Amino acid sequence: MSRDTLVSFEGVVKRFGGFVAVQKLDFEIKKGEFLAIMGSSGCGKTTTLRMLAGLEAPTEGVIRLSGKPINNLPTWSRDTPMVWQSLALFPFLNVRENVEFALKMRGVGKAERRKRAEHWLDRMQISEFSERNISQLSGGQRQRVALARSLVVEPEILLLDEPLSALDAALKVRMQSVLKNLQRETGITFVYVTHSQSEAFSMADRVVIMSRGVIEQIGTPQEIYRTPRTRFVADFLGSSNLFSGKVSASAAGGQDLDTPAGKLRLAKDAVALPAGSTATVTVLDTKTHLSTSRPEPSANAVPVRVIGEEFVGATATLYLETRQGQEIRVQKGHDELADLSLEIGQELFAWWKPEDSHIVAEA
Amino acid sequence: MSGSADLNRNRAVDWALILYIVLAYAFVFAPIAASFVFSFNSDRFPSIPLGEATLDWYRAVATDPLVWEGARNTLIVGVIVGVVSTALGFGAAYTDYRYKFAGKQVYMALALLPPTIPVIILGLAMLAYLSRINLSGNALSVIISHVVVCAPFAMAIIRLRLSQMDPALEPAAWNLGASEWKAMRHVIVPFCAPAIFGALFITMAVSFDEFAVAWFVSGLNETLPVKVLGFLQGQVSPRINAIGTFVFILSMTLVILAQLLLSGRSAKPAKE
Repeated sequence: MSRDTLVSFEGVVKRFGGFVAVQKLDFEIKKGEFLAIMGSSGCGKTTTLRMLAGLEAPTEGVIRLSGKPINNLPTWSRDTPMVWQSLALFPFLNVRENVEFALKMRGVGKAERRKRAEHWLDRMQISEFSERNISQLSGGQRQRVALARSLVVEPEILLLDEPLSALDAALKVRMQSVLKNLQRETGITFVYVTHSQSEAFSMADRVVIMSRGVIEQIGTPQEIYRTPRTRFVADFLGSSNLFSGKVSASAAGGQDLDTPAGKLRLAKDAVALPAGSTATVTVLDTKTHLSTSRPEPSANAVPVRVIGEEFVGATATLYLETRQGQEIRVQKGHDELADLSLEIGQELFAWWKPEDSHIVAEA
Repeated sequence: MSGSADLNRNRAVDWALILYIVLAYAFVFAPIAASFVFSFNSDRFPSIPLGEATLDWYRAVATDPLVWEGARNTLIVGVIVGVVSTALGFGAAYTDYRYKFAGKQVYMALALLPPTIPVIILGLAMLAYLSRINLSGNALSVIISHVVVCAPFAMAIIRLRLSQMDPALEPAAWNLGASEWKAMRHVIVPFCAPAIFGALFITMAVSFDEFAVAWFVSGLNETLPVKVLGFLQGQVSPRINAIGTFVFILSMTLVILAQLLLSGRSAKPAKE
């Protein structure tokens, strides 16, 4: 464990009766980082967060905070405040009283409590609402109250459980930058649980992707996006095209992959795999190109048919289908698309350079 | 009512419903209204035409030491029953909210059982049981019996409120440094405050009016409803109307207070 480690999970398992929520977690959270834990519902991300907060006890393994095991520490004796998905603001207290709550529970005097609460109300730009009832606030204002309420004890770590899920799209983006700036300015470690790729990738320094109680990949957003390690991650991100097949030695040296869509060349620097073994390669939808004429032989090309398109801001997503019925997505700028002047049902080639593809683990 | 401009409402149906409600309330409240009217009537027997308006019966009631004794017993019993049943009901409701355990359904069924038992049976059983442990025939015996009847009401009211609470609220308090006791004091109780006061008033009102069980166990320490029966057996007197009006107003006040608290129309629930 290095010196900049704040939290470490060591062989942590959580079972609820016969159901295994978390299968064996081994990872570390660094001091001052913004870590997102991402996965679909039931993947164990919230259980992981709740174990860190002390709301669930691990069945096996050790969780350390600043080197000390905290397994048996009740949540009220830890400094691990959490921002809840429902926010869980106290409806019978006004804004200031909500923010003062944690200080009051710690026996901080009235004057000191007020001073520190006001500092955070001011910082979250909600001073003017300090005497209001929670029910009189908008969604965004409530978010800020929830943040102030958790941060008022100036903790080393802040846990966030999908706090933005109830907001509309525009507000979500605004709160994302509020959160990111807050984290950078305070230097507090943020652990942010979400099912949203855009939230995780736009805010986090590192992302943990979980599935069925197991960590699939940990890395920076760029690493994960460019080189998803497992088939699950590639599928989950949905920004890559996947091809599975049997490995064979290429006539030109190097390796080929025999897939239903055709023979694909693997990248030159790909790990050598035994001939006959199955493997899956991914290629990003932004690195997949289109051409109406057959591309040069050094590229991997798959004949496809256009089945639809979708416009998202500056780019368009083109949906294509191989002869075997496998869907392939391609991201293109509008200009490039206009040059191709495609029609639904039209046949053409999808192609990419072998070095833009890479092998993922089957899982 | 002002919805006549509403495109999707039929005026005839609206009026029929209004008429229906008026008739239903008239049916329910006519005897009470009659009792109220006759309590101000100088005639000895309740008959039309009315005699002169008078406060004589109220005067007679107010100067009767037996009535005062009954009222005092009723009040003492009612207040203690209200506090004890609300405390028990809160405990039972919180147990149901917070914990999962084997036999919980049996526990809940037993907790809700007393009001379903016919009061005569309950009264008789109480008398048999309390006299065996030498507790019958005094105010304490009425209090014990009434708590048995009232606690389930308190539990039902507080349980409903707890079911409306965000399940994250209590863990959020723990997470912010509140021990379980502190969370109870600073989060659960303030959140349930309207229901707790509502339960207090409703259980008091139930105890004020309860007759059958009190008749069995009160002995010489009769509560007002038991006294009233005594009056009725001796003689027909409009004093009964005066007492009835007084008790009705008291009970209604408590029930309306409870209703206001529970419907959340009170400006802001109590703090601390």
